[in-house]
Amino acid sequence: MQIPYLSFLAFLPLAAAIVILFLPAGKRNLIRGIALATSIVTLILSVIVFFSYDTQNAGYQFQIQLDWLPALGISFHMGVDGIGAAMELMAGLVVLSGVMVSWRIEDRPREFFAFLLFLASSVFGVFASLDLFQLFVFFELAVFPKYLMIVMWGYPKTKEYGGMKLTLYLFFGSMVALVGVLAMYFGSGLHTFDLVALENAGLSVEFQRLWFPFVFIGFGVLGGIFPFHSWAPDGHVAAPTAVSMLLAGVEMKVGVFAALRAGLMLMPQGMRIWAPLIIVLATINVVYGAFIAMIQKDFKYVIGFSSVSHMGLVFIGFATLTPQGLTGAGLQMFSHGIMTALFFAIVGMVYDRAHTRNISELGGLYQFMPIAMIGFIVGGLVSMGMPGFSGFIAELPIYMGAWKTYPLVAILSAISIVVTAAYILLVVRKVFFGETPEPIKAGLTDITLMDKSVVIMLSLIMILIGLFPSILVPVIEAGVKHILVLVGGA
Amino acid sequence: MNLLTDHLLSWILFIPTIGALLLLLVPGRKIKAIRTAALVISILPFLLTLLLWGNYTQPPAGQFVFEEQAAWFPAIGSSYHLGIDGVSLVMLLLTTLLTPLAILTSFNIKEKVKAFMILFLILETGMLGVFMALDLILFFLFWEIGLVPMYFLINQWGGEKRNYASLKFILFTMGGSLGLLLATQMIGVMVGSFDFIKVLQTWPGLQGEMFGLPSHTVKSIAFWAFVIAFAIKVPVWPFHTWLPDAHTEAPTGGSMILAGVLLKLGAYGFIRLVIPLFPAEAAQFSGWLAALATAAIVFGALSAAAQKDFKRLVAYSSINHMGFVVLGIAAAAWAGSQTDPAIRESAVIALNGSVLQMFNHGLSAAGMFFLVGVLYDRAHTRKLEDFGGLYAILPVYGSILIFTSMASLGLPGLNGFVSEFMIVRGVWPIYTLFIALGMIGLLFTGVYVLKALKLTLHGPLNEHWSGKLSEINLREILVIAPLMILMLSIGLWPSWILNLINSTVMTWF
Repeated sequence: MQIPYLSFLAFLPLAAAIVILFLPAGKRNLIRGIALATSIVTLILSVIVFFSYDTQNAGYQFQIQLDWLPALGISFHMGVDGIGAAMELMAGLVVLSGVMVSWRIEDRPREFFAFLLFLASSVFGVFASLDLFQLFVFFELAVFPKYLMIVMWGYPKTKEYGGMKLTLYLFFGSMVALVGVLAMYFGSGLHTFDLVALENAGLSVEFQRLWFPFVFIGFGVLGGIFPFHSWAPDGHVAAPTAVSMLLAGVEMKVGVFAALRAGLMLMPQGMRIWAPLIIVLATINVVYGAFIAMIQKDFKYVIGFSSVSHMGLVFIGFATLTPQGLTGAGLQMFSHGIMTALFFAIVGMVYDRAHTRNISELGGLYQFMPIAMIGFIVGGLVSMGMPGFSGFIAELPIYMGAWKTYPLVAILSAISIVVTAAYILLVVRKVFFGETPEPIKAGLTDITLMDKSVVIMLSLIMILIGLFPSILVPVIEAGVKHILVLVGGA
Repeated sequence: MNLLTDHLLSWILFIPTIGALLLLLVPGRKIKAIRTAALVISILPFLLTLLLWGNYTQPPAGQFVFEEQAAWFPAIGSSYHLGIDGVSLVMLLLTTLLTPLAILTSFNIKEKVKAFMILFLILETGMLGVFMALDLILFFLFWEIGLVPMYFLINQWGGEKRNYASLKFILFTMGGSLGLLLATQMIGVMVGSFDFIKVLQTWPGLQGEMFGLPSHTVKSIAFWAFVIAFAIKVPVWPFHTWLPDAHTEAPTGGSMILAGVLLKLGAYGFIRLVIPLFPAEAAQFSGWLAALATAAIVFGALSAAAQKDFKRLVAYSSINHMGFVVLGIAAAAWAGSQTDPAIRESAVIALNGSVLQMFNHGLSAAGMFFLVGVLYDRAHTRKLEDFGGLYAILPVYGSILIFTSMASLGLPGLNGFVSEFMIVRGVWPIYTLFIALGMIGLLFTGVYVLKALKLTLHGPLNEHWSGKLSEINLREILVIAPLMILMLSIGLWPSWILNLINSTVMTWF
């Protein structure tokens, strides 16, 4: 009998969260111990899924299907393709990192770790869902912990605003997407939510033209597509560190992943028709996001807007509908997830010690936290697409896909590379080098061992993928192969 | 033994990186151990390069020796493909020679020694990779990867204006490489592979429409994208403005490598990629390139003559000398489209001269920056007018400085003369006017070199210094001696290195 790894992944954090909520609030060590153990187990499970995914046979693997509401065509259907397997691994890494950097949280740790695990359960579930209804359930499961964590533990000045904005945007997006999904449910005539069945539903071109934008843009809101991106920087900045890491690292990928699964893969003709619009929006994401990041004064906003910029490349990759573009998009989803989690983790470490995120009030931190500095530089090099790091490996195929379809887009979005280099280097120099201003000196200490482990782990992964892309690429390609079959030709 | 000889290039390439990783494990306070280890690690690639030199056999046109190939990123058609010819071998020798010397020079670095040495060794891998790569993506990877350590070397160990200089350096070069990256991607998409040998077979002959434009237009744009990237690195006028700042602010060891090797990456890019991939465009636009190179020669010399800061003077002299390299390359690019055997013979001479000039300038620029550094370490000023008559108190240093300056000036009997003469001889029948203008530049080379010597060594001794400056020490002599020996040996008997260059250049014509 096959071990249901994916179901364990999705439900273990949920079970652990419920257990934690029943523990007395004072047992901080036990609570965080459970959270850490759970996230280590989920990482191990995701590593198993990733490395035992059979790239030769590709397709959906580790499948399990059980009846749920058969009358409505809803089943419990788990399974991953290559992209899903890579996303599970990425989520596993970020969840563990999130727990580790939250290790010393003092304020209501019981609720904090429980909600964090709820969130983990949601993302693991979405990446393995092969039933649209089930996908929605997992998708929405994240709303409540996200909102609560931002307003309870967030940045005091903006937490209500950021939390509310984020929640409303995402509600709006998922409602629009739900309309599109229901249209497919009825329009296909199959009355099923099963993704694999819907892939072969043969939806008419007219149908796809009408309903594609609902699903793709609806989910795309969570991926930060222009002009619906503005929740992202505000939400990321308002959130506590671990939530920022999960939001930007994993939740944005949940958005593009759902847009890919339910939008692009079910209505490939719709994608073809709407690709020019998507690619224009995505190019604005890339270039505009980079420029806006450059003029930010708040350390965390720089990273927030850089995510907007980088996620644009994922959408460009999708819209090219070429093997390279799609592979690059999958790689970028992984690479950006790790990179931005690292960034937000370090921003959090700096803020916890300096109690300010204003770039002009920071300086000379390398003397106090050298490992954090190295991690930030590695993240920065990934971010500016430096060869030898994972960002280059991801962006190069996207650009090649763009060259094949929209050469102008490749040239325009390349502007962002130099802009990104400029703002990253300026931030590195101002925050980590130079003189340390007196007011922040008192609080500066080195980061903890837990923090260091996170920084080193995430940095090494990005370097390893940059130098040895074959760790990740074949798995992503296996997923892309299936998408190309659905898209046909291209 | 096979493990070593079958992967000789990989060993040379990665020994510095492996060494850097090992240095990570050494505690930062063991400064002496770190310095010695870095020096020993950097000597190993030099010894292996000598082994390479000993076993080198000339491959026919379009082929390479010591080739290695392994799968790297098959999804986009890029592989780990290394190989060299005579020109790359000369550049490898220059790089592996200058790196240990620069590391020995940097023994005077006292702060953050560990980080300095690690960055230096990674820098070496980046530079060596460019000279070995036979895959366009791999080439770009190494091309870019060297920027990062150099940025931090300037930014962390540089002079007063290091923030400005380092950011200018990296943004200029990254901005330049943007076009290179885009053009590389475009070529890869058109050819379906990034492998240099495959691209070489397909791309130059590609005709018809590309992206809805005539192929000639697209190729011309791609040509200029490549040219600008490399011209910034060389640097060719008017893309040179990052250089005086970066070279002046960098620590001495960093300046030696910047001038000695990094500038050569640009010239190497012209020879390895631009001319072979765009023969028609190179011939068509070579006049423009020659004009810019001449401007670099003349303006570089004039600017150098006007400097008050010794290090800045040497920095501008690099622009002047590298202008000759590019002028020779431009002449060769034009002659590639000609059939007249006399013209082609001149082009061979010019290109030989350019490659030799790359090597020679590597020696003399590294030597000059080193000597400026020696003086600065003692006097803590680089203002020429603050010195005067130093020969009286520093005779050994003074003699070495005169010797190296003469090599840089192009005195017959020393190395600079051989290569500059060959360039002048080779370019003369092709771009007579430009080379004649370049001779004016050469005159001003004499002016600024002699001006520097006069203001530092000759005249009445500036009493401020008497008894305050110590003579050049043994470690410093160990740095400069190999450079002086090579300068003299190439000046007197250039054929040991020219034969190698020439046998490769001959296969291209």
